Amino acid sequence: MGKRIILMRHMAEGQKGIIHSIKATGELGRRVRDMGLTPGTPIEIQGRAPLKDPVAIKVRDFRLTLRNNEADYIEVEVEGNDS
Amino acid sequence: MSQELVVALAGNPNCGKSTLFNELTGGRQHVSNYPGITVERKEGFFNFNGLRLKIVDLPGTYSLTAYSLEELVARDFIVDEKPHVVVNIVDATSLERHLYLTVQLLELGVPVVLALNMMDMVEQRGMSIDKEKLSKRLGIPIVPMVARSGKGKEELIRTIIQTAQNPRNNNIFTISYGPDVDHFLHEMEKLIDEKKFLTDKYPSRWIALKYLEEDQQIMEKGDAVSKEFSDYLKSMAGKVADHISKTLETYPEAVIADYRYGFITALLKDGIIQRQSVPGGRELTDVLDRILTNRLLGPIIMILILYLVYTVTFTYSELPVEWVNKLFEWLAKAVNKVLPEGPLQSLIVDGIIGGVGNVFSFVPLIMLMFFCIAVLEDTGYLARVAYMLDRIFRVFGLHGNSVMAFIIGGGIAGGCAVPGVMATRTLRSSKERLATILTTPFMNCGAKLPVYAMIIATFFETQRAQIMVVLTLFSWLIALVVAWILRSTILKGPPTPFLLELPVYRLPTLKGLIIHTWERTWQYIKKAGTIIVAITVLLWALMSYPKPPEEMIKNAGPEDKNRIELEYSVAGRIGKGLTLVSHLCGFDWKINVALFGGFAAKEVILSTLGTAYALGSEDGNEEAANTSLSQRIKDDPQWTPLLAWVFMIFIMIYAPCIATLAVIAKETGGVKWSLFALVFNTLVAFTIATIIYQVGRII
Repeated sequence: MGKRIILMRHMAEGQKGIIHSIKATGELGRRVRDMGLTPGTPIEIQGRAPLKDPVAIKVRDFRLTLRNNEADYIEVEVEGNDS
Repeated sequence: MSQELVVALAGNPNCGKSTLFNELTGGRQHVSNYPGITVERKEGFFNFNGLRLKIVDLPGTYSLTAYSLEELVARDFIVDEKPHVVVNIVDATSLERHLYLTVQLLELGVPVVLALNMMDMVEQRGMSIDKEKLSKRLGIPIVPMVARSGKGKEELIRTIIQTAQNPRNNNIFTISYGPDVDHFLHEMEKLIDEKKFLTDKYPSRWIALKYLEEDQQIMEKGDAVSKEFSDYLKSMAGKVADHISKTLETYPEAVIADYRYGFITALLKDGIIQRQSVPGGRELTDVLDRILTNRLLGPIIMILILYLVYTVTFTYSELPVEWVNKLFEWLAKAVNKVLPEGPLQSLIVDGIIGGVGNVFSFVPLIMLMFFCIAVLEDTGYLARVAYMLDRIFRVFGLHGNSVMAFIIGGGIAGGCAVPGVMATRTLRSSKERLATILTTPFMNCGAKLPVYAMIIATFFETQRAQIMVVLTLFSWLIALVVAWILRSTILKGPPTPFLLELPVYRLPTLKGLIIHTWERTWQYIKKAGTIIVAITVLLWALMSYPKPPEEMIKNAGPEDKNRIELEYSVAGRIGKGLTLVSHLCGFDWKINVALFGGFAAKEVILSTLGTAYALGSEDGNEEAANTSLSQRIKDDPQWTPLLAWVFMIFIMIYAPCIATLAVIAKETGGVKWSLFALVFNTLVAFTIATIIYQVGRII
């Protein structure tokens, strides 16, 4: 099994990964960090809202929801080969 | 004279802070607003062994930067008012995130007591926390608690007093920010110490950190003290930023946050938290979320719950509202008996008693609404509503939680904009909140319904249900479109980051619900109440004065006398003057004066229209009055089905009533937006009414 880096938006429900990098700056960057999303943090996708957006994740023992366009700033390292 | 200790409560949202606050202070609390902003300041007192403790509940924050109002308020309170102790309450089940705020409090160099809340949940999840070790590592006392049941309260109070009476040595807690930052940080710290730059208030290392984080507030304060030195610090910070962006492709603030979390993660991994996996360990919240936010079931359950909130708020308030109205009617009758007829009687009965009655008739509604919202909020469900609806409301520049305001404001027909506007408190982002506040009054509140009912009975008797559906849909359409227009013009701005915690589902405590509900209601009575009474009296005066000269009413019957008096009053003249423009949408002076009266409360529209049509006011027999009004309107050649539509749409959209305007002023911290709503909504109503009327006439 290899590792690959994908955007959080492209993760499937129930999939786990480790945050690789966060490209957000300014207020969004600050809010993302305040919520405990930093490189190296393990996350798990909990589910998506009925209209596929926002996404709910589990991180550092709590649940958090963010919009897909916010999740686009977060790169996650997941198990699996490039497909 | 007993000593007073000032204790600040700090913590993340959803950490049980308000539960602890209620537990400590009981009902003896005082809620006000920080001057000029909408952030609440809650204070309470209690006595313990001859000591008086003043507890200040700081706004819930995740961090202590100076970018949101809440964070700024919390930070300024700690720095400026120097509480003897800061109690930092954390959710022990997710320490890793909660300690992020703790670390920042410690860096500020204030005496901290850490309250580890929700220890019962920690045990349930098969975790254990070595609190002695954690206490030693952080250098602060730690008290395990269960705030909901009051467990650990005694020990917390003792620890607070002990900490306040034995201030720690000034060994400020420091953590390393890595080789790229530490070196510069140390240099800056030394220079700041030498210059005594802001050090009367803040620790020097903390000031240096804030310059690296480009903290607006601190840099402004620094500029004011010494522009030259402040600029020098900025240039040093700029060097660090350059270096970091070249080597790590990031920026200092991010590095600092990452190191803080790194410190916390390492600390907890070092034998402080132990986990045993619990058999069958799917958490209840995960199970509930699978159902409650399920793609199909989620929205269905949500609609049912929102409908339930709506029915509870409006059916259970019917009786109390009726009692309130009866009480004030009785009061009016009693005063009528005592006082001789004349201006004084009219002022007291129609003006003052009417105004106070107006204020109190909303109280049962507001109480029930806040009770429902408190239940939704405390259980954790409200965050799921925002989560499920965000995608739809975002299109219009609103927030998922805007739905609460719309529904309570009359989105299902028959709500009330006063509690609706107050319901926007659950929105934390200011622009989305303002747009919601300004569009909530478009919904069809209970006071607009009798007007619709009379018009429908007169012109569209057979299509009652269809017309109500059209009116409801139209109000949503207008609200969403106007919200979108506002968010793309005067409230322009990128969407506030949505990031939202989905708290664990919990049963709310009754104590918390009652305190929460009562506080909010009391604030409404105190703040909005006075404005409402004052303006009601003013409107009464405008509709009663000046009185016409004797010869005009000498030969008139009682009904005609009232009509002539209304026509002669300031309001009547305004109504007449407005026909200059209002003929464009088909309104004559009678309709104008009724709309003017409706500004006090939309229920007044019908009675004023009745007076203008010279109907007798048949005391207590509204039905008869409406039937006869309906007959008059039928007989009046200017009233056509087209005008009936225009009239209903205008009433839907035009200026919110006084009570709503008072609440808007209170919720936005000034009259600016109330005046805006008054003028803007009326212009929107007039524009749409004119278009419908003119197009309708051509067709």
